[in-house]
Amino acid sequence: MSFLDLKNVTKIYPNGTKAVHETSLSVDEGEFMVFVGPSGCGKSTLLRMVAGLEDITEGDINLDGQLINEVDPSERDIAMVFQNYALYPHMNVYNNLAYGLKNRGIDKETIEQKVNDAAKLLQISDFLQRKPSMLSGGQRQRVAMGRAIVRNPKIFLFDEPLSNLDAKLRIQMRLEIKKLQQKVGVTSIFVTHDQVEAMTLADRLAVINNGIIEQLGTPIEIYNNPESLFVAGFIGSPQMNFLDANLNNKTLSAENFEIKNIDSDYNGEVTLGIRPEHLIESENGLINLKVELVEQLGSDNLVYGQIKNIKDFCYRSPGNQTIKKGDTLSLNIEENKYYIFDKNTGKRVNQI
Amino acid sequence: MTRLITSGFSHFILFIGILIMIVPVWMIFASSTHTGLTINTHGLQMFLGDSFYENYMRVLLYQGGFFKEITALKMFLNSFIMATGVAILSVITSLMAAYALVYYRTKYATLLFWIIFVTILVPLELRIFPTYSVMAELNLVNSYFGLIVPISASAIATLFFRQFYKTVPDELLESAKLDGANTWRFFVDFLVPLSKTMIVAMLIFMFVFGYNQYLWPLLVTSSEQYWTVVMGLKMMSGSIVHRFAFVLMSMVPPILIIIVLQKHFIKGVFQDK
Ligand SMILES: Nc1ncnc2c1ncn2[C@@H]1O[C@H](COP(=O)(O)OP(=O)(O)OP(=O)(O)O)[C@@H](O)[C@H]1O
Ligand SMILES: [Mg+2]
Repeated sequence: MSFLDLKNVTKIYPNGTKAVHETSLSVDEGEFMVFVGPSGCGKSTLLRMVAGLEDITEGDINLDGQLINEVDPSERDIAMVFQNYALYPHMNVYNNLAYGLKNRGIDKETIEQKVNDAAKLLQISDFLQRKPSMLSGGQRQRVAMGRAIVRNPKIFLFDEPLSNLDAKLRIQMRLEIKKLQQKVGVTSIFVTHDQVEAMTLADRLAVINNGIIEQLGTPIEIYNNPESLFVAGFIGSPQMNFLDANLNNKTLSAENFEIKNIDSDYNGEVTLGIRPEHLIESENGLINLKVELVEQLGSDNLVYGQIKNIKDFCYRSPGNQTIKKGDTLSLNIEENKYYIFDKNTGKRVNQI
Repeated sequence: MTRLITSGFSHFILFIGILIMIVPVWMIFASSTHTGLTINTHGLQMFLGDSFYENYMRVLLYQGGFFKEITALKMFLNSFIMATGVAILSVITSLMAAYALVYYRTKYATLLFWIIFVTILVPLELRIFPTYSVMAELNLVNSYFGLIVPISASAIATLFFRQFYKTVPDELLESAKLDGANTWRFFVDFLVPLSKTMIVAMLIFMFVFGYNQYLWPLLVTSSEQYWTVVMGLKMMSGSIVHRFAFVLMSMVPPILIIIVLQKHFIKGVFQDK
């Protein structure tokens, strides 16, 4: 059994909403697990069940070899960082950090030692006497982290802790969280709906949709090998392009091109997925893209255009190319980078 | 120029208002420093006389009542004990009641709250006889306990605390739980300090409420030992100047409480968060 073990966990809210369906998941000790998915897919619910803030309707959760279904949150030895930080407004930063330790009956000197260590690690030593209302967003974020770290819990839970920060600070804090987690080595679960955040932070990623884990794996596995239409569309930026097509006898026929020798025995209607970065310009390519918009990012360009009836088809071109609106590009798909999904079930049908 | 005139005019109106409120009080005060004879022969006085010390000392120390067992000083003490007791007890009970109503997720919390709320519409006087019987039954007539406890459950204070607790974000409770706080610790370490200003405001409200009680203390005390100031206003005998002095002094404790705590009071009632 691994460090944290969820077995067939289901959550049905009293009003009948089924937020999590029979989910099983193992997290190893020291691992950084990220739950990613669109709004309302049940990420927070899953996390809150681990924390003990929501009852488990069905299933078992084991933490460190102990069944914790019925264990009170205060007894679970778990720390959580909330989206709005939930700092204690009437306590200064020092007491915010110290409160959890006091409740565990730790003596004063040890508390002081631990709080000061954590404060130093997070560079908040200068604000220990301030109230949370006198701190900036980023500083509050650090205090919230400090409150989690100082207790040295079995597991850290983060529920979208970066979404209240501005873009630049978010990237900086993302980096710091990752570094900090590697340094402290505490098992962590991080919830986000931002796929870039998910990719950069995760040791392993759980892509959740409608209360189900659609795919579980390292970020690169999931990026390279999405098992469903949903995962393919969710992971990767800019988003994967999708085209309707037909698969018959290992031949894929889309509106204006064909690909032969597909590694699949499936026959029927499919959706073809192509990542913008898997397209290359070449003479007599499969796809003719009529350019409508070019976003120049410096390192590369995002080219949006139309192929026949499909709008907003995206191609990522090297930054040194000059492409203008109105150009027509001839594109090929990189060898074996076609993602083919059953149109009805959304399951991938070809091997890569 | 017109602005000067309008502002001068509004100041004039305000000034009139102040006069209307202050002058009677001042007249009572001025009159209370004269001898009874002066008032009886020359009517109310606008200017200070020279019997201030004599009149006020006589009021404070005079053995009043039918049995001559009570002084005004003792009445002030009684009133103070009663008002303080009512204030503290009702704040404690409503803090706890509100806590249970908001945080114990019983199905009936809302119903219970409305039942409590409806009692605001029922005047104290309506239940005063049954309450008296209970107190008599328990042998608590003529005691501070009997004076204080039956009027120390405040629906209004409960309402205020409940509304305040409802604005406390859930994450705070959850965060505290994960930090190892149990139900009691969350109450003591979070809700009580967070509602500090509101507690002060409620203490003032309930102090004044307790201080102003008339019918209940009248009913539940037969011994003069337990007379309160407000009862004394009615019972006090003696010359008109002594009554004036007593009336004025009876206004002092509530005013004093409000002046001392007004900063918190205003903050507490109009707290924006
Ligand atoms: N207390 C509740 N009672 C009933 N339904 C709820 C409750 N909390 C959440 N839900 C429902 O459960 C589903 C999952 O909610 P959850 O908060 O886990 O989503 P999420 O993935 O965290 O979304 P977001 O990214 O917006 O935070 C949603 O459909 C939501 O409406
Ligand atoms: Mg959420």
